[in-house]
Amino acid sequence: MTNAIPQILPKSGFPRLIEALRAHHYRIVGPVVRDGALHWDEIAGVEDLPIGWQDTQQPGQYRLERTETTTWFGIVHGPDSIKRLTFVPREPLLTIERKAKKVTVTPQMPEPTPTALLGVRACDVAGLLVHDRIFLQGRYADPYYQVRRDALLVIAVNCTRAHKTCFCASMGTGPRAQSGYDLALTEFEDEFLVSVGSEKGREIIELLELPSASPAYQRQEQERIDACAASQVRGLQEQHRLPQGLYEVHEHPRWETVAHRCLACANCTMVCPTCFCHTVEDHPDLSHTRNERVRLWDSCFTPQHGMIHGKNFRPTIADRYRMWLTHKLASWIDQFGVSGCVGCGRCLTWCPVGIDLTEELHALMRENVDQATP
Amino acid sequence: MKAVKTSIPGTRQPRRPRLAVAKFASCDGCQLTLLNLEDELLAVGDALEVTYFPEASSRMRGGPYDIALVEGSISMPEHARQLAELRKQARVLITIGACATAGGIQALRNWADLESYKRAVYPTPAYIQSLRTSTPISEHVSVDFELWGCPIDKQQLLRVLTDVLAGVQPFLPAHSVCLDCKRQGHPCVLVAKGLPCLGPVTRTGCGAICPGMGRDCYGCFGPVEGASPGPGIPPNTASLSDHFSSQFHLIPVELVRRFRGINGYLRPFREESHAWESSNKDSDAHR
Amino acid sequence: MMLATTVSSNPFLIYPATIVARRQEAPDIVNLRLVLNDPLVRRRFRFHPGQFNMLSVMGVGEVAISIVSDPDEPEWLDHTIRLVGRVTRVIGRLEKGEVLGIRGPFGQGWPMDAARGYDVLVVTGGLGCAPVMGAIDYMFRRRSEYGTIKILHGVKTPQDLIYRERFDEWRSQPNTEVYLTSDEPGKTWHYHIGVVTELFDRVAVDPDRTVVMMCGPEIMMRVALGKLTHRGLRPDRMYVSLERRMECGIGLCGHCQMGPYFLCHDGPVMRLDRILPWLGKRGI
Repeated sequence: MTNAIPQILPKSGFPRLIEALRAHHYRIVGPVVRDGALHWDEIAGVEDLPIGWQDTQQPGQYRLERTETTTWFGIVHGPDSIKRLTFVPREPLLTIERKAKKVTVTPQMPEPTPTALLGVRACDVAGLLVHDRIFLQGRYADPYYQVRRDALLVIAVNCTRAHKTCFCASMGTGPRAQSGYDLALTEFEDEFLVSVGSEKGREIIELLELPSASPAYQRQEQERIDACAASQVRGLQEQHRLPQGLYEVHEHPRWETVAHRCLACANCTMVCPTCFCHTVEDHPDLSHTRNERVRLWDSCFTPQHGMIHGKNFRPTIADRYRMWLTHKLASWIDQFGVSGCVGCGRCLTWCPVGIDLTEELHALMRENVDQATP
Repeated sequence: MKAVKTSIPGTRQPRRPRLAVAKFASCDGCQLTLLNLEDELLAVGDALEVTYFPEASSRMRGGPYDIALVEGSISMPEHARQLAELRKQARVLITIGACATAGGIQALRNWADLESYKRAVYPTPAYIQSLRTSTPISEHVSVDFELWGCPIDKQQLLRVLTDVLAGVQPFLPAHSVCLDCKRQGHPCVLVAKGLPCLGPVTRTGCGAICPGMGRDCYGCFGPVEGASPGPGIPPNTASLSDHFSSQFHLIPVELVRRFRGINGYLRPFREESHAWESSNKDSDAHR
Repeated sequence: MMLATTVSSNPFLIYPATIVARRQEAPDIVNLRLVLNDPLVRRRFRFHPGQFNMLSVMGVGEVAISIVSDPDEPEWLDHTIRLVGRVTRVIGRLEKGEVLGIRGPFGQGWPMDAARGYDVLVVTGGLGCAPVMGAIDYMFRRRSEYGTIKILHGVKTPQDLIYRERFDEWRSQPNTEVYLTSDEPGKTWHYHIGVVTELFDRVAVDPDRTVVMMCGPEIMMRVALGKLTHRGLRPDRMYVSLERRMECGIGLCGHCQMGPYFLCHDGPVMRLDRILPWLGKRGI
């Protein structure tokens, strides 16, 4: 299906795509600019898109600016991956009510709202597929995630511009969306090339009766995407030595070095498209007769994450950073068959002090380094 | 947490736990949080017998109390005596707010000369009864639970009362403001605006109000970990302030002020401000 | 290891269960017998020895507690709980007739199939004896299928010994040896005095036909495993039950990781050769 010939959607015809999505009862969520960053929000039409805006990203810094261009999807991404829509930050799980000794338990299932997500980057599509493995394909499927996931139509945008923080090419996840999308767009000056990734996507695009792109046009598309890949300055070249390579450097002095910079603030885990740690809290009313049990995003950087009755298995920042990096890049592979990193670079950008995961991995796995216990 | 469910002596009829709200050196804002509960105020009144609460009622009765909420720092000689008496009368003593848990903004005088302050402010300094320092409640008596913030958060207060009434160790999360900021979808003011936000080293609980309004956090809920008493390691204030210094070009005196605020007397923040103060005095000192 | 069938397609759903018996085992240890309220759920509930349940106290939270009762009588679910945490302290105050919530059973239990035909050496310390109780019951119900059963159990002080009558009963069984020890002496303590690993000198172990089931403080287990390895026991025949923070019980919340494993669904019982690289490492 993904091998089918891409079609040409002129920008002037974009409202027809939006109409077709509406006809299929999708609400449309896309990238919008708010308070100096890109967010996912419901959009009414093309006019809500961040046309002409661009972002610059580097470790610890993010800025938006309005440019002279008329690029629609000029901002690569913001702090939020699309996990906010499927693995939501606050998910009510159950209501538990007690009258005398009778306890009533009611699951709080989310209302399925068919949602077309417009403008999803390849890294985020890859992140979504990682979450599918965790929440749907393990021994226990998560019904809350399932409801939200099933309601999603993914319209990807292939990247033709990369930041210094981007390294999807080295992770094999981008800049072109690989799989897991319903439709994928590549932006040109006056039109988009549309590729179909699923039957759901085909049903939508067929309504528009678009012309096919010529082989020359397709080559041009590939050249733009290849150029984007080639422009990426960072990468995880040690990927082939994982997971074992990181397990072997458990006592490396670099963990202490990075701990001098790391704030254990949890920002990297919040912006990561694949981090899935969560905690469950009970919120009772004053009389303890009605209780809401909610799931909240959690992080391996919090003091409580490794704690059991008074003992903390990961008391220091070095312990927590090692836990995060080793899980993300190494044990994730043992657990789920893929890396936990999709190369989006958000953890570099949104780290308040700009810690660079690729640099840390290089330092940890450089050959001939003194690995004596500090 | 000690159970506070009680019954009227000689009967099995339960009586409402008796609540006292007391204050020392403070602005009364944290007590007001109780009155600001609005939607829940009637339920709180049903669940607790408000026995002593000068801010709300002139009908003040003596102890013993099942729960005492204590606002303010110990700043005058008589405070310490009153607090010791209150502790004897209170089954569960909970401090509310930065003054009671950290010494408050008035703890800035711990770095200054009290006598010169008195002379500067009062025409007759001899009448002023004041301790040289402003100190948190926990430096004087044992405290069962501490609520942070300037002022405290009403949902946190309600949660703590709910737990204490049920005889449960109160539950409040102890992680950085950032985690809640991100959960709520606020853009990071530090990364996206270059503001010297203290959120990464500050305890959650406020609901990320300031970053949510585009402002930088100034640490009014205290250090995320490593406050005394409490679990955990001190937050990495050194890394954050180095970043403010090297990337945002804050000068040492600005960094001293950054950490020497409402919770400035708490050890992690206190030591960070000391570090920059000494680097200020010794201008070529490299930290 | 077989998987127990889960009772629900929503693994977060809790099922009310009533406390039908309560026994104070020690000042800070209580044993609760729970019966699921819904007869349908009760009939479908099956567990393997060594598995655990998530117990919920409404408005307080959930806690992972191993099931200590006989897996052949799954209508009764016994849990022995140390009252040390926020949730367990409240559980300790609950009386007979009160209602808790249950999710479970979760995790991988003891290797009852792999141990069939072998001698079994049980080594436990403190409350670590609790998760193995069901496994011992299981073997005694199928006594001919297992070889010699040797039970070594250590406590800090004589007052910490729980299940005394069960140890006494097992001691009287044929082809069974039970050795108890306490770090500290006591007036009524007529067993060994010292740490549990000292008991190894008293038992004959055939390394070629013995499976080890071990549970206790990690430091104790590391010493014990080292000594047993030295005596020729194979790491792939030694099993340990491990403990980390467990919040979801189903391998989704991320807290209970130990190296590449989620102890809540790859464990809590782990075969030693799999977990050995991670045991005792700091920050794991």
